[in-house]
Amino acid sequence: MNPIGNQSQVVGNGITRRDVLKGIGAGAALLAAPGFVRYSQAQTSEPIRIGFQCHRTGIGAPYGRWYDRTTAAAVKLINEAGGINGRPIEIVIEDDGTDAARGSEVVEKFVRQHKVDLVYGTLFSHVVVGSAPTAGELKVPYYVVSEGYHVASGKMNRYCVQPGITDVKAQVRSVAPWIANNLGKKVTLVYPDYAFGHDHRDYFAPAIEAQGGQVVAMVPIPPTETSFTRYLPQIPRDTDVIYHVMVGPAVLTFVKELGEFFGNSGPKLFGFIDSLEAVDLKSPGLEFLEGSHFWEGMPRYAQADMPDYEKFYREAIGLDDNGASVNDARDISTAAHMFGCWETLHIIKRSMEACNYQGPQDRQALIEATEAMTEMEAGQEHPQGKKVFDGRIHQVFGEQNISQVKEGRLEVVHRTSIEDGRYEPEGDYTKMSF
Amino acid sequence: MGFGPYFLLATLEGLVTAAVLALTALGLSLVFGVMRVVNVAHGEFYMLGAVLAWWFASLVSGNPALGFLLAVVLSPLVVAAVAFIADRLVLKRLNYEAEGTIVATIGLLYIIQQLALTFYGAEARPVQAPFDWRIQLPWFGYSAYKLFVIFASIAILIGTWFLLRRTNIGLIMRATQIDRDMAQAFAIPVGKVYAGVFALGAGMAALAAVLIVPIKQAHYLMGQDPLLLSFIVVIIGGLGSLRGTVVAALLIGLSDGIISMFFSPTLAKMLATLLVALVLVFRPQGLFSPGGVAAR
Repeated sequence: MNPIGNQSQVVGNGITRRDVLKGIGAGAALLAAPGFVRYSQAQTSEPIRIGFQCHRTGIGAPYGRWYDRTTAAAVKLINEAGGINGRPIEIVIEDDGTDAARGSEVVEKFVRQHKVDLVYGTLFSHVVVGSAPTAGELKVPYYVVSEGYHVASGKMNRYCVQPGITDVKAQVRSVAPWIANNLGKKVTLVYPDYAFGHDHRDYFAPAIEAQGGQVVAMVPIPPTETSFTRYLPQIPRDTDVIYHVMVGPAVLTFVKELGEFFGNSGPKLFGFIDSLEAVDLKSPGLEFLEGSHFWEGMPRYAQADMPDYEKFYREAIGLDDNGASVNDARDISTAAHMFGCWETLHIIKRSMEACNYQGPQDRQALIEATEAMTEMEAGQEHPQGKKVFDGRIHQVFGEQNISQVKEGRLEVVHRTSIEDGRYEPEGDYTKMSF
Repeated sequence: MGFGPYFLLATLEGLVTAAVLALTALGLSLVFGVMRVVNVAHGEFYMLGAVLAWWFASLVSGNPALGFLLAVVLSPLVVAAVAFIADRLVLKRLNYEAEGTIVATIGLLYIIQQLALTFYGAEARPVQAPFDWRIQLPWFGYSAYKLFVIFASIAILIGTWFLLRRTNIGLIMRATQIDRDMAQAFAIPVGKVYAGVFALGAGMAALAAVLIVPIKQAHYLMGQDPLLLSFIVVIIGGLGSLRGTVVAALLIGLSDGIISMFFSPTLAKMLATLLVALVLVFRPQGLFSPGGVAAR
C-alpha cells in the first residue's frame, strides 16, 4: 500500500470544491481588511539590507577585520542620523575566504538567500574579478572597495562600481612624477604576479616614462611565495629606486629580506603601503625602512595638520594616533584602504536618496544615481579628501599621500592632486544595457 | 652580479630550505615508518610550533635571544603533548587503520587550523631572531641567522640519528617499525611507542617551525606548503628512512633554491612533482627505503 497516495485520497474526499472556494474568499477578505497588511511599513522602516562580502579568512583577513570595523562605524553613524530615506541599514556579512570562486558563490547567496538590496565591500582584485560576472547576471549592484583597475577598465558590467577609493592606475600615475623628481629615474618594479600586481606593472612604466624615467627591470613574484631573497639578484645594480608592492602574509619577510640583502647601501625604496598594511612599522627587521617613502591612500599615523572631519572619522572607528586599535596597540589598521568602506557607504546613502530607492526593483535607478555623481567635497562623508567621480567608468579619483618613514612613523611629505591621477577613460558603462 | 655569487646565494637559500624541510619531513617519515599512519595534520603541527613560538617569545621582554630560547625549548614540547593526546584520543581508537587515520588527521588539520585562526588571528606575526647579524659579502648581504638555521638543523639531525641508531629508545622504535606483532611478543609496549613516535614527529615539525619563524612569520595557513613538500621528500627518500629523507630534502631544497633563482620557482615545483612521479613509477619504495619494510 502506498501511504502517500492513500493520504491524498483522504484529502480529496474530505475537502470539496465549495470548501476551497470559501477558504480562498475568506483569505482574500482577510488580506483586504484594513488591520491586516503585513508589510504596512515596508516603505518606511523595513531595513535596507547590504550584503558585505568580507575577507574574514584567507590572505585578506587583516583587511577584512578592519573593513568590518569601518563598515560598522559608518553604518552606526548613518543609522543614528535616521538611516537612508528613513530606513535603517542592516549589514549581512558573508566570508569569501579571499577566494575568487567562493566570492562568486557568496554574491549568489546574498541575492537568493539573504535577499539583499546590494552587495558591497570586496577588496582583493581576484575576488572582484571572480564575483563581478555573477553580480551582473543576478542584476545586483556591486559596490567594491578594491582599488583594482578592473572596474575602471570598462570590462566588468554596469552593476559594478567603485565610488569610494581611487584605482591603482590613477594611484601610480599620481606618484610617478614625484618619484622621478625626488628619488631617481631608473626604477625596478617588484610586484605580485597576479591581477593587482599587473595593474602596477602595466601602468607604472608609461607613467614614469612620461616623466623622463625608465623601468630598468620587472620582478614578478608568485602570490604564494614565502621567501624572497632568491628574487633580489634580479634587481640591476644601477637601479635608483626599488618600487615595491606586495600583499599577503609574507610581506614582512619580503621587506626584511630586502634589508638583509642591500643593507644601507642599496637603492632608494618607494613602496605601496599595501606591503605593510596591518603590520607594525616598529616590527623587528624593519629598521632599514627608515627614511624610505610609501604611498598611502589615507595616513595611518595621526598628522599634525589633520582636519576635524578626519579626527572625527578616526575616533568613530577607534584608531589611536599610531593607526592601531584603541583597544589593542598591536592591532594595526589598514588605514590606507579602509576609508573606502566609509565613503562608499555614504555614497550608497546619497545615491539611494537621490533615486528615492524603495527596493530591489529600483536597482537600476540606484546605479544611475551613482553614475550621475561628480564632485564630492571633503568632510565627514569623505574624510580621505575631496573626490571626482567619473560615471562613465564607475570610478572615483582622489588625492594620494606620499609619506616618509621618520622614527618609525609615517609622515605625509606630499599630497598629489586629483588631476595627477586622471586618465582617458577606456570604456563607458553608461552606454551598456542593464 | 656574476654567476659565482649568484650561484652562492642560490645554494645558501636552497640549504636553508633543505635544512628546515629535512626536519619536518623526518617527523612525517618517522610517523609513517613506525606507525604506518599518513599524518595529514603534520603541517598544522608545524604551524602550531610557529604560533606557540611567537606566543612564548612575546612573554619575555628584553634580549630577543631569551624569548627565542624559551620558544625552542617549550614550543616543541607543547606540540608533542598535543600530538600525544591526539594519538590517545583519536588514532588509538581507530586502531591505526590506514583509511581511518587519514580522515581523522584531515579533521585534526582543520581543528588545529581553525583554533589557531580563532585564538591567534589571521595576521602574520614575527618572532625576533636571537641575534641580528648581517654578513656583508662583496656582492650581497646575508642574514647570519639563516646560516645558524643550517647548522642547527644538521646538529638536530645528527642527534636524531643517534637516538634512532644508538639508544634503546631507537631500538624499540625500529623493532616496532620492522614487525609490530613480534615486538609486542617481546613485551615492547607498542601502544606507548606509537604515542611517543607521534609526539616525536610532531615535535620535530614544531622545532623546524621555531627555527624558521624568525625568517618567515607565524601565520595560521603556513602549514600547507611544508606538508606538501614533506610528502614529496618522504616519497622520494623512502618512507621511514632517515638517510633517504635527508638526501631527498637536500635534493628538493637545493633544486628549489637553484632552479627557482636561475629559471622560475614554478619550474622548480614542476620538476619536484615530476621527480615524485618518476620515483613512484620506477622505484615506488623510494630511493633509500630499507628493503625489509618496502617488501611488506
